[in-house]
Amino acid sequence: MSSLIVSGLGKAYKQYASRWARLAEWITPGHRTRHHLHWVLQDINFTLKPGEAMGIIGINGAGKSTLLKMIAGTIQPTLGEIKVSGKLAALLELGMGFHPDFTGRENAMMAGQLLGHTADEMQMVMSNILDFAEIGEYIDQPVRVYSSGMQMRLAFSVATAFRPDVLVVDEALSVGDAYFQHKSFERIRQYRALGTTLLIVSHDKAAIQSICDRAILINGGQLAQEGKPEDIMNYYNALLADKGRHEIKFNQTSSGQTQVISGAGEASIQSVRLLNSQGQAIEVVGVGQAVALEVMIRINQDIPELVMGYLVKDRLGQDIFGSNTHHLQQVLHGLVKGEEITFAIKFPANLGVGSYSVAIALHSASNHIANNYEWRELAVIFSVVNMQYAEFIGSSWLNPALKITR
Amino acid sequence: MKLIQSIWNYRGFILGSVKRDFQFKYQNSLLGILWIVLQPLSMILVYTLIFSQVMHAKFPGSTNPLTYSIYLCSGILAWGLFSEISTRATNTFIENANLLKKINFPRICLPIIVVLNAALNFFIIFSLFTFFLLLSGNFPGVTFFAVLPLLGTLILLAIGVGISLGVLNVFFRDVGQFFTIFLQFWFWLTPIVYLKSILPEWVQMWIAYNPMEPVIAGFQQTIAGQAWPNWISLLYPLGVALLACIVAATLFRRHVGDMMDEL
Repeated sequence: MSSLIVSGLGKAYKQYASRWARLAEWITPGHRTRHHLHWVLQDINFTLKPGEAMGIIGINGAGKSTLLKMIAGTIQPTLGEIKVSGKLAALLELGMGFHPDFTGRENAMMAGQLLGHTADEMQMVMSNILDFAEIGEYIDQPVRVYSSGMQMRLAFSVATAFRPDVLVVDEALSVGDAYFQHKSFERIRQYRALGTTLLIVSHDKAAIQSICDRAILINGGQLAQEGKPEDIMNYYNALLADKGRHEIKFNQTSSGQTQVISGAGEASIQSVRLLNSQGQAIEVVGVGQAVALEVMIRINQDIPELVMGYLVKDRLGQDIFGSNTHHLQQVLHGLVKGEEITFAIKFPANLGVGSYSVAIALHSASNHIANNYEWRELAVIFSVVNMQYAEFIGSSWLNPALKITR
Repeated sequence: MKLIQSIWNYRGFILGSVKRDFQFKYQNSLLGILWIVLQPLSMILVYTLIFSQVMHAKFPGSTNPLTYSIYLCSGILAWGLFSEISTRATNTFIENANLLKKINFPRICLPIIVVLNAALNFFIIFSLFTFFLLLSGNFPGVTFFAVLPLLGTLILLAIGVGISLGVLNVFFRDVGQFFTIFLQFWFWLTPIVYLKSILPEWVQMWIAYNPMEPVIAGFQQTIAGQAWPNWISLLYPLGVALLACIVAATLFRRHVGDMMDEL
């Protein structure tokens, strides 16, 4: 049983040299083609089961929104087909085609009717919608005076007033404040538990990782990767740095995780180790233990500037701590081919119990977008155990000094 | 059949939209619904003042001073319905692009909303006109009911033309502009303000190809002339109307996909 099957999906827009060319194609006998097809999506395949949640990730213009529009049915695919079982509700872009001059209440009613509900059904759930959207007294004001967040809240409330079998959300939720995001994710979780399939486009890493079972990466109109949200998110980061000019490698680590390595290769990472105070490489670290991250690199080409950045992440890929030599004001200049450099960063492992990874990046300037020499996810993996302190939870060790006065 | 089913499923949206469009048009005005009446009324006044003197001599049985006004009213109100449906249908897809891009619903709802809206406006003003006919003792009697098949033909023609142009208008915005101008000529090439009989023979011959001519003549005949319309003459506009609807359906089906890409 699948609630959404997308097979062999492709979308091309017809491009004409001019308006006259289209007219000519229409009216000349034989309808000789005078356009060429501009493919924005090609050969997309996936299947979702009821209750499954999938994130769609990709840079702007990759074709994510086009894909969602086809699934929502507002544009027609050029190739392939989409099978949806049950009711589908979609939040594409902002609002739901709200009319700026009508009040929030009228628009909610109209949007509900557009989704195929009757006026009576909408009356019944109207108070729920208003409660959830928390528009307050603005509900009887025209929508044109609403903030974008208010419009989004109302749109989300209407789209999810009845539990759909498939819910499609296109970045809409990123408009809302943190409070509403929590609330809407809570509703999505509830619906998922009841069997709603979710398809969501977002650039918000935390959102994708916390709610999705899997993710796909759309790049250049193709389904580039499919897998666990963390892996896809890492790959996406590499892609951001890459912008198509370098190679991206995948290594399977011994623990079965996917290690992403990308970059132009002007400088490369030779080894990354975590050392204890005696200078021995370790994989298990005690809470609060003094450790050093050692990064050895090699310069393969003369480069004017080099920044080394590192980022400690938890098991879910959430950022714990990261910095780089730019922020630490030790940028290296005038590097020559063949040079080997060792970085050592000492820090106390004030981390909570769990598994952590370190990503290393070599680049110029303050971030990796401009010139990415090498980017390596999961360069080191280590686990933190609590050997000497009282039990605690969380991802950081905030050494407590307890004093009670009675 | 599936079409009718989907229209029925979306009746809430259709009726709601008609109601909202109607409210919206008048909610921010002081005179409100009065504007529906004032617009055609002023037109009738102008034409009566200007043309009644010119026409009077030409009108057969000119004993009744109201004859020309009634003749004019029946033609103008019917034409108004035709022009409202066809122009609004020409623009309906473009105007609702925002909606079409965000929600998947049966596209056919949009032209239906246009027809219902125009029909509602027409119903209001035509009721007032009927009321006036009764008061002034000019009510034609049983022939009045001939307006129903006349209206049917007129709406069919208007929506067929309107949807066809509406689809084309998405791809070539010239269509909408052109139709506004074309409609002006069409209006004056239809005997509404004047009598067909004042035209030279050869023009009358050409005007026979105008599908609106027999329809408007039908209205004038039943209301001002107080006689049954020439049913045979209505076959031609009915044929054209059906043809327009077939063209509309074909155009729509063939280009609906590309249409969404263009909006």
